Amino acid sequence: MSVPEMFSYIQGFLSADQEIREDIRKVVQVLEQTAREVLTLLQSVHQPTGFKEIPSKCQKARELFCTVRTHLGELKTKFPVDQYYRFHEHWRFVLQRLAFLAAFVVYLESESLVTREEVAQILGIEVVREKGFHLDVEDYLAGVLIMASELSRLAVNSVTAGDYSRPLRISNFINELDSGFRLLNLKNDPLRKRYDGLKYDVKKIEEVVYDLSIRGLAKEQEAGGDK
Amino acid sequence: MSSSVISLSLSSGEGYPRRMKTSQKADDRDTGANLTSPVMAAFKVFQQELDTKHDKHERLVKLSRDITIESKRTIFLLHRVTSVPDVEEVLTEADLKLDGVRLNIRMIAEELRGEDLNQFHRAFTPGIQEYVEAVSFHHFIRHRTLISLEEINTKLVFIKEPEDTPEGQQPMGTPQVLTFQVTPTDYLLGVADLTGELMRMCISSVGNGDMDTPFQVSMFLRQIHDGFSYIGNTGPYEVSKKLHTLRQSLSKVEDACYTLKVRGSEIPKHMLADVFSSRTAMMDQDEGVA
Repeated sequence: MSVPEMFSYIQGFLSADQEIREDIRKVVQVLEQTAREVLTLLQSVHQPTGFKEIPSKCQKARELFCTVRTHLGELKTKFPVDQYYRFHEHWRFVLQRLAFLAAFVVYLESESLVTREEVAQILGIEVVREKGFHLDVEDYLAGVLIMASELSRLAVNSVTAGDYSRPLRISNFINELDSGFRLLNLKNDPLRKRYDGLKYDVKKIEEVVYDLSIRGLAKEQEAGGDK
Repeated sequence: MSSSVISLSLSSGEGYPRRMKTSQKADDRDTGANLTSPVMAAFKVFQQELDTKHDKHERLVKLSRDITIESKRTIFLLHRVTSVPDVEEVLTEADLKLDGVRLNIRMIAEELRGEDLNQFHRAFTPGIQEYVEAVSFHHFIRHRTLISLEEINTKLVFIKEPEDTPEGQQPMGTPQVLTFQVTPTDYLLGVADLTGELMRMCISSVGNGDMDTPFQVSMFLRQIHDGFSYIGNTGPYEVSKKLHTLRQSLSKVEDACYTLKVRGSEIPKHMLADVFSSRTAMMDQDEGVA
């Protein structure tokens, strides 16, 4: 094979690659749009009136996840199944956002940590690599960490809205998450960077809980709830 | 060995969801950071999975380093061809060294069995590029042509049990065959590095009174340069970065050829005959460029 032949062969490969990336980018753009819609919808829980509407908001969010599933289904067809990691960077960001949104919805509904399997199910994708388009464990963990900072915000706003028991529950939950993350041996990567932010969320929530307890607000609410 | 670890962690990963969903009710959360809570159990699985992945990554990085070192040594060895009478001997020795490098690549291929090559690509790409550089340098010295991507890849087909399939050189198919595919991008970057080595070879061969090699190298480098210009910025970012260095190497080689032409008269008498008999045709061309 002569030198020019070799280079035109490589060039052919590169342009094919470029085309795939272009296709992926288009789908990812639509996906990001939908993710923003879900986020906007869920943001209303921070409003004082939003707390009563949580179940209905979650219902609506779940409906929007149907659209997400179709988009992700489309994304799967844009590249060869076994080359997930070659193009991973293109959808990594949006997939983390979606994992966060799914985790947030599940938390609002049941106040529990979403499992990786549940996220995969909500998004209509796989958990293990061998089965196709899957949710990488690092992306799932990143999504959970985004949720942690969202919850610290929610704790503050729920106090403003007069719900004094929620911060306590959030505090318990975040503490458990924190000790979970402590189990991991993270390398110096983006996930580690994000994890380093978790302690500020923990601190924030603890401050809220402290403020409530020295004023006896937390107990009052609990006692009121029991009666 | 490593694949069994992965399947273990995966199967346990599949095992916990049901338990977690049923037990993770509101009252369970009161246990807080209890080590037996479902959240902790889940994170233990994540810990295992991440550790397995990081370990594999580290092993690949180490293999890549070994490949880089051995390939660099091979390149140094190959640079001796300009000053040694028996070229063939050096080439055979380099071949032996490259066989050793291929053993390391085989170990990479074994690590990657059943994995997505692209997931760990960053761990071993420096080594592979260096290997491409060494192997293409070797090829150029022997054949004066550019080794193709396919030729490189066919050398990276490993047979697990040689006694079972002695002639089974077909890529993929039977389970005993282990292949490693150099990606076009790694190939391209390796070839870009090759130009630097060729420049060095060109300059040192002038010192040894070799009048043919500099011109062959300059021709070859021009072709490669044209190839890279053809690809231009459609390639990955690293390629366009290397294009700059390539230009420098090319102009050095072209300057060397120019000097050879101009100062042909200053070359020792016993070599003059050779220079003029074989290179008069190219004189006009080079002057036109200069």
